[in-house]
Amino acid sequence: MNGKILTANFRKQFPGGPEIVADDLRIGGGITVLFGASGSGKTTILRCLAGLEIPDEGEIKFGGESWFQKSGKRQAASGHIFAPPQKRRIGFVPQDYALFPHLSVVDNIGYGLKELPATERTLRVAETLHWLGLEDLEMRLPRELSGGQQQRVALARAVVRRPKLLLLDEPLAALDTPTRLRLRGELRQLLRQLGIPTILVTHDRFEALALGDEVVVLHAGRNVQQGAAPDVFSQPANLAVAEITAVETILSGHILATLNGLATVAVGATRLIALAKDLPPAARAVYVCIRAEDVILIRNDVIQSSPRNHLPATVRELGREGPLVRVTLDCGFSLIALLTQSACEELALQKGEQLFALLKTPQVHLISFAG
Amino acid sequence: MSGVEWQLVGFSLRMALTSLLLILPVGLALAWWLARKNWPGKALVETLVSLPLVLPPVVTGLLLLQLFGRRGLVGSWLHSTLDCDVVFTWRAVVIALAAMSLPLFVRAARTAFEEVDVKFEQLARTLGAGEWRVFFTITLPLAKRGVLAGTLLSFARALGEFGATIMVAGNIPGRTTTLPVAIYQAVENGEDAHAWTLAGVSAVIAFAAVFISEKLLRRKT
Repeated sequence: MNGKILTANFRKQFPGGPEIVADDLRIGGGITVLFGASGSGKTTILRCLAGLEIPDEGEIKFGGESWFQKSGKRQAASGHIFAPPQKRRIGFVPQDYALFPHLSVVDNIGYGLKELPATERTLRVAETLHWLGLEDLEMRLPRELSGGQQQRVALARAVVRRPKLLLLDEPLAALDTPTRLRLRGELRQLLRQLGIPTILVTHDRFEALALGDEVVVLHAGRNVQQGAAPDVFSQPANLAVAEITAVETILSGHILATLNGLATVAVGATRLIALAKDLPPAARAVYVCIRAEDVILIRNDVIQSSPRNHLPATVRELGREGPLVRVTLDCGFSLIALLTQSACEELALQKGEQLFALLKTPQVHLISFAG
Repeated sequence: MSGVEWQLVGFSLRMALTSLLLILPVGLALAWWLARKNWPGKALVETLVSLPLVLPPVVTGLLLLQLFGRRGLVGSWLHSTLDCDVVFTWRAVVIALAAMSLPLFVRAARTAFEEVDVKFEQLARTLGAGEWRVFFTITLPLAKRGVLAGTLLSFARALGEFGATIMVAGNIPGRTTTLPVAIYQAVENGEDAHAWTLAGVSAVIAFAAVFISEKLLRRKT
């Protein structure tokens, strides 16, 4: 990650709404995901960065430029800085794309290139059309496009100006599930090819994992955790983050002993071994977080295997979830596992069946009650 | 139709069209200002703009007469600086028609602007467009139907204007007499055939204008 290019520190409150705080937000190159449930303030933060909303106070700096600066609510107007969106050289893609309904695909994409000479403009648009495979749709109006095509036109319109920062608000949310899954991979590739610093808002943790280099978790209008995408999801900083990142199994337990960096935790009658490195030394009561993807199921307990946690388990429920199967197990507590369809068939899983769940120690996350 | 009748229709159409030219820039600016911005005194301006809709036209005419007469606020200035007289000339006709039809136009255009989702304007700004470009390439094209419908309605209203016109422009045959004034005059003089011919022409133009304007408003993009 090549340094931080955008720093933001501001608050914004709509009349009657919650206060949204960008608390020392630092964003580097690559793709940064603002992740949170609806109402967590992620779209408001993105719109403030775009210049479409004006924060009540704070500052936004991008590279060497100051985009926004205002301190205190009722101070003299001198010293206030607000760069309007047209001065920020950003590419913005809103959730519903907002393609200009009266303009063709070509005119939509070329809208932001007005300052270029006509030949250069035509070339740039043609290049972008080709890059996104939109050549045959040039003369269509937005309403004649499928959802996926609209998404690509919106992206094309934003990137054709070669913006310095790309802001995407739930870029895949308006699409149906199969299209969304298909475009998720495609979008990541496109964004990689572009190499433009990108901030992307999503409420979908799979999307966050799939698209983000960095993830900023937002909760109740504040950023509560920031880090590399896999780290944030596998090591939620506190219970609020764990709930947002939707770790499927969250149990309460207490620490029996800590030795050599390993903690023994009691959850009901079951003992689990976990890493103790992030725990405060005095921690006793903890939440135990286990992500469904991390649970391994085996039929017969093997004598020797690397995972430290071997839990006898009974299958309580099986449910399909896209290409995966969600298995609810009883190990003295309720544990959720996510398996592929084929793994389920191989194991011939059925309700009431007895087997073993394996968990490596780093995959049992302990969050002390104090947070 | 006789030559005089043709002349009357032509003159009235010309006057209505000229008043439209006056209304369009002022009305569009006003409508946009009312639809998109909040400013102190907005309610007052809203009321003033709509006042000619409910005020007796003769009263509006009287006010215009005050304003544009040789001793009026605007009239005296026009007379001394531009040597231009308004009252009882074709200019007075245009001003009366404009004042009477501006409210209709502003109302229609304002509604049309309010129906344009601001998200398109915001997006245009993120693409580097300034306020003028946003207005002419996004707001106005998307509000096109409503604005056109409003234009037609104002035009029809202008053609039928009687009270304010007769106050400020009088009834000078061939110089300030418009269709409605001529119809009134014809009835006064007992020239029923003449009156009915002119009434027929008025009705046809009014019908066409309202018909097209309704059609524009019904059809959605």
